[in-house]
Amino acid sequence: MAGISLDDSVMPTRLDAVVNWARRNSLWPLPFGTACCAIEFMSMMASRYDFSRFGAEALRFSPRQSDLLLVLGTVTNKQAPVLRQIYAQMAEPKWVVAVGVCASTGGMYRTYATLQGIDRVVPVDVYVPGCPPRPEGMIFGVMELQKQITRESLSARKEHIEQFYQSLARQEELQQARGLSQYQVVREMVLEAGAQGGQRIW
Amino acid sequence: MNPTVSPFLPVLLLFLIALGVGAAILVLSGRILPGLLKPANPQKAKLTPYECGAPPRQEGARHRYNVKFYLVAMLFILFDVEAAFLIPWAVQYKAHLWTFWAMLSFVATLVVGYVYAWGKGALDWER
Repeated sequence: MAGISLDDSVMPTRLDAVVNWARRNSLWPLPFGTACCAIEFMSMMASRYDFSRFGAEALRFSPRQSDLLLVLGTVTNKQAPVLRQIYAQMAEPKWVVAVGVCASTGGMYRTYATLQGIDRVVPVDVYVPGCPPRPEGMIFGVMELQKQITRESLSARKEHIEQFYQSLARQEELQQARGLSQYQVVREMVLEAGAQGGQRIW
Repeated sequence: MNPTVSPFLPVLLLFLIALGVGAAILVLSGRILPGLLKPANPQKAKLTPYECGAPPRQEGARHRYNVKFYLVAMLFILFDVEAAFLIPWAVQYKAHLWTFWAMLSFVATLVVGYVYAWGKGALDWER
């Protein structure tokens, strides 16, 4: 027993590092599948690519039980408030991966009906290009997210999500005040942000 | 073995361990420790009953709906049965005066009901 010092058995670390280690290795994905990326996502979850290897074993179809929102496909303006509501209902802390060009930028759907990138309505952490991206691409995207989670500070993540809740409260206020439908008010907010030179409403 | 120790000492130990395990389960898995550790941030969106992203039309699932579906269904069955009687009769019709008047009286009875339903506004969908 002689010669053993405290340094050999005790490793001091930051709370952020430990919590983020746990968080990044236990992601609970929620697929928001609206197009062909969701088909690629199926093979990503299945045995050949086996997304479970990265700690995201439990795929959930309820926002209340998940913390990683995978937006797989085109999101129309009418879907925008739905996406916002689902993101709001997810357990905290939560992350978003925009899979495919449609979710990232609107892709080839450069029309009045399509949301030109989901980052206008929800905070996105990682964008995966491709139409649709291969399962390897999606896995790479989530691995990038895991790296990002390793680096992030707990309070910053909390504030980030809190900011979104504030925009949701504003959305509700506007809806009450102007008597608009749910998607109309999100559209108004997007246009308003665009008029001020911005891109996002959260 | 020490003769002063009671042979029932293991029973006492087992009892104490059981008590300890029970208390540990209560503390660790119950509301006490998770209540302190778990992050809780209830939001309006999280407290809504549905998870499909659409706003709920009313609170809860227990609500009343219009009975006009029932009325239309009943009228449909009535006139469906009429047609079910009429078609085999028309196929087998051999120009017997008696069967002609019998079927006409049957249809006339239903026409009275039809006129009554019409007069009551049962066929009026927008009411």
